[in-house]
Amino acid sequence: MRTRTINGAAARVIASGVATTRGLPELLKRDRSIAYQFVAPAFVLLACLVAYPFVLSIWLSLSDARVGETGEFIGLENFRRLIANSIFRQTVQNSILFTAVAVLLKTVFGTTLALLLQRIVRFKRLIRGAVLLPFIVPTAFSTLVWWWMFEPMYSVINWTLKALRLINHDIPWLPDPYLAMLAVILVNTWRGLPFFAVTILAGLVAIPKEVYEAAESDGAGPWARFWQITVPLLKPVLGIVILFSTIFTLADFNTVYILTKGGPMNMTHMFPTLSFAVGLQGGEIGQGAAVSLALFPVLVAAVYFQLRLVRRASAYE
Amino acid sequence: MSRSTRGPSAWSNRIRRVFTLYLPVGPFVVFALFPLYFMVVTSLKTDAELYDVRAVPYLIRHGMTFAHYRLLSQETYFWNWFGNSLLVSVVATAVSVVISVLAAYPLARLRFRGAEAFGVSIFITYLVPPSLLFLPLSTVVNRLGLSDTLWALIVTYPTFLVPFCTWLLMGYFRTVPQEIEECAMIDGCNRLQAMTRILLPMAIPGIICATLFAFTLSWNEFLYSLVFVSPAELKTMTVGVFSELIRGDIYYWGGLMAGATIGSLPIVLAYVFFLDYYVSGLTAGAVK
Repeated sequence: MRTRTINGAAARVIASGVATTRGLPELLKRDRSIAYQFVAPAFVLLACLVAYPFVLSIWLSLSDARVGETGEFIGLENFRRLIANSIFRQTVQNSILFTAVAVLLKTVFGTTLALLLQRIVRFKRLIRGAVLLPFIVPTAFSTLVWWWMFEPMYSVINWTLKALRLINHDIPWLPDPYLAMLAVILVNTWRGLPFFAVTILAGLVAIPKEVYEAAESDGAGPWARFWQITVPLLKPVLGIVILFSTIFTLADFNTVYILTKGGPMNMTHMFPTLSFAVGLQGGEIGQGAAVSLALFPVLVAAVYFQLRLVRRASAYE
Repeated sequence: MSRSTRGPSAWSNRIRRVFTLYLPVGPFVVFALFPLYFMVVTSLKTDAELYDVRAVPYLIRHGMTFAHYRLLSQETYFWNWFGNSLLVSVVATAVSVVISVLAAYPLARLRFRGAEAFGVSIFITYLVPPSLLFLPLSTVVNRLGLSDTLWALIVTYPTFLVPFCTWLLMGYFRTVPQEIEECAMIDGCNRLQAMTRILLPMAIPGIICATLFAFTLSWNEFLYSLVFVSPAELKTMTVGVFSELIRGDIYYWGGLMAGATIGSLPIVLAYVFFLDYYVSGLTAGAVK
């Protein structure tokens, strides 16, 4: 039945041979106009609500705009003030520490978890499902729970440490500048770990078994197999995940805002929370936009490398 | 003979698996699940037990209570927030998925000038975090006269949903073989019919995946909702629970955890039912 209709169609096409040679460019042209029509809504949306706001934020960062006022052009004054500002310099320091440690923890434990998940056979779905859950639960709520867990008097972390006789007085986690940073890193890692584990797991599964078998018959032990086969073949996937996570860790607003609001003493302020505090709560939109844009060079670099990696990965397929 | 050697070695194999595999994975599972367990336990505890320094925080010993849930539904706009979240998420998801299917089809299938550039810009906007754009967007939302309405969210959520869904669907459409569509077009289908009748039915798993993720991302959104909407009764779940249950220095921990539990429930349920879609979306979103 189906062959007949295709044959019939083919016969029709052959019969009207001249028409098809003229019809092909015609068809392509029609395809092109359809393509533009289909892409148009997405294009308009992104032009108006992503590209335009982006240009606007450049303009704002070069002006002394405040909430409700358009402001005037003041050149690079906002950026000059930022560099001179000790809170901003503290923020840069915090962001580097926060991102470096959190991404490192996620990479190491994410790889460990992926290696374990790959070998698990029994309760596979159950364990994978459980381990992935932190990534799905709304961050605002899970961070609230962590906040409550860090509560010093009545909550679980200090209680457990006291029960194990590791401490004999309550530790004030979030009011302490250094412990607050530790807490923010821990919560960010808790949430981001599943993403690393699942993506790295997908990379692991894609490595052909034969490579391992060949290495094993050549006498390579598990340690050698990990460093000589797994790590090199996993590099593209690791690169993509690390870059991706670097961007979104640097830009993490929810965890930091809910746990510490950037405090105590600005010791956990990151770019987004500082930009929120300056631009919205302080009303200096121009200055706030400059804080956000300070993140931009990092973002450009990350996107550039990300694009290269993704292209190379898809070239392999 | 073979049986007698297989017995003990199977046993030692099993024991080795327990020690090298299930025991090490245990801490990861506990680490992942404990906060969620603690959330539910806290929400069901009486205040007397919650604020007893000597009580074991892990357990409920003095009876469960729904008092926190009652406080939530009677003394806050909790169900308004729930409704707002639902409305915004459903509308933003529906709009975004339609726009993304339309955009992903030509990007995956047709040759046209600018296709490459637009594909790359989709990927770049996908990598731009919302926390970079909320200040200028709040100006735009103000000028459009949308601030303090749910429209502000319905209009802005697609800015991060559409790039994500388009990217995901592009990858998915490319895995569906093109030949069947071509046959259909030889038989007289036009492009639109080839897409709606041939490709889309075959791409349903990809579309479900995009829908689930779009809904989850909208439901979980916090920053735009915090910035663009301030009246208490118009807030979404994530912001409402956070900002209305902390009054000055008083924390309603039971109520906060009750709100967090109900707020997480729809997403967790969707996750339990569609686990495989979530897993595939998670990897596809980053790698492909």
